[in-house]
Amino acid sequence: MTEMTESARAYAFRRGWFRFRQSSLSMLGAVLVLAILVLAVIGPWIAPYPEHIVGGVDTANRFQSPSLAHPFGTNELGQDVFSLVLAGTRISVLAGLGVVLIGTIVGTLAGALAGFFGGWADEVLMRLADLKLTVPGLILAMAVAAALGPGLMNMIIAIALSWWPGYARLVRGEVIARKEEVYVTAARAIGASPSRVLFRHVLPNIVSPIVVKMSLDMGFAILTVASLGFIGIGVRPPTPEWGTLLSVSRSYMPDFWWTAVFPGLAMFVAIFGFNLLGDGLRDVLDPRARR
Amino acid sequence: MLEIENVTKVYPGRKGMFGSSAPVTALSDVSLSIRPGESFGLVGESGSGKTTLTRCILRLEEPTSGRIRFDGQDFATLSPAALRAMRARIQIVFQDPFASLNPRMSVHDIVTEPMVIHAAALGLGPRQRTERAAELLDLVGLGPQHLHRYPHEFSGGQRQRICVARALACKPDMVLLDEPTSALDVSVQAQVLNLLGDLQTRLGLTYLFISHDLGVIRYVCDRTALIYRGKIVEQGDTQAVFDAPQSDYARTLIAAMPEVAFD
Repeated sequence: MTEMTESARAYAFRRGWFRFRQSSLSMLGAVLVLAILVLAVIGPWIAPYPEHIVGGVDTANRFQSPSLAHPFGTNELGQDVFSLVLAGTRISVLAGLGVVLIGTIVGTLAGALAGFFGGWADEVLMRLADLKLTVPGLILAMAVAAALGPGLMNMIIAIALSWWPGYARLVRGEVIARKEEVYVTAARAIGASPSRVLFRHVLPNIVSPIVVKMSLDMGFAILTVASLGFIGIGVRPPTPEWGTLLSVSRSYMPDFWWTAVFPGLAMFVAIFGFNLLGDGLRDVLDPRARR
Repeated sequence: MLEIENVTKVYPGRKGMFGSSAPVTALSDVSLSIRPGESFGLVGESGSGKTTLTRCILRLEEPTSGRIRFDGQDFATLSPAALRAMRARIQIVFQDPFASLNPRMSVHDIVTEPMVIHAAALGLGPRQRTERAAELLDLVGLGPQHLHRYPHEFSGGQRQRICVARALACKPDMVLLDEPTSALDVSVQAQVLNLLGDLQTRLGLTYLFISHDLGVIRYVCDRTALIYRGKIVEQGDTQAVFDAPQSDYARTLIAAMPEVAFD
């Protein structure tokens, strides 16, 4: 690329960043998400009691209330809840991200092909999506996860399988609306190939609804992962995961509240952060939706 | 330059669960011949088939029957690759400048896109494309400072200038102007018309100028055809058509023109 085209990109980026910074809520969302992502990477290494993460127990110190040594207290096995929540960040965020990314990629591709080319491709893909939508997502995820057996990857696949039709329908509708735009006709008249029309003219114009849906879904996906963990189908202990931590500690409420409150709080912060970030991104990515 | 021979376009009717619709004949036996370097006017009311004709010329739609030849070559017989190459030579400016620019692309990307698509034929590298985009903007009365802006930052007249710049990007021989001024303010219309006239003399372009505004046609075009319900009802030198219309429709239309005293 030449200097001039490069600076065009840099300029667009600089403007977007400026607009993003105008909103303090967007910035808060970005900071929260960034913090969560950093913790997801380094969490297990900075945990004060790494031996507890891999299943070590310390029964002499069970159910200690929060203190300096154990900021989030200890659980029924004497494990440090702070360490477990830190380590659980990686599992939960990774699973949530995996679900949303797989769902988005598969759904967007299916929806774009169905909407853009129509005909039998449309029929086949959309009937598949409809078929999926007749089954409640969590139930299907439970069934698939149970069939595949426990494990992080299996759980991600199971949830993503119930996740893509939402994107497919959203994208299909948007593509059908956009492909009649005059600028799409203009691109075809210039001689643009169908793939160029689809990827340069149609899809970039439907990024905003996809990003908004991803941001809302990210929180929801983390919740779904936690739900599967909660009912014992997802990640098995001793691997720390927020839903599993909640599930185990629910029997010790309300006397040992810290065992449940802190994993729950972690989920709340993560979901909150992703939602704020998504709203901020939408404001930046859609030049017309500026306030 | 452009020969349109007996072109007919019929949109098939629909047979649906809740009744059916009859087929619509949008163009019926249309024949036109446009000479190199001239401005050919096509006048007609809404729904008379003007836009369908442009879509057939651009091969966005297949005519039901008839032939369209550009420079002696029949579009229908061209291979997809040859058709794509041909598209560089015949360009279009649409009526609505607010809808015809991709809102997510910068002016730079919009104006260079035809050069990217036809890069092999034009032989321009990325840097030369950017330089040419700046030249084109200059040509249509904008400046290089507009390169990195987005369409929503421009007025209707400026957007139409960007559309013209895009149409000229790969040095076409012919430009279809599909009511290029009817969505603009009257004061801006004159500026854009002057720009188009100026460009034609400088670049030796051939125009097919579509409009429902007889005043504009009379001002711009060398020869004119009138289209009514998909049929060409009158064709000839603009002056002759306006002075001595042959068909009833042309007489009605010209009689309906508002008289303006210029003295």
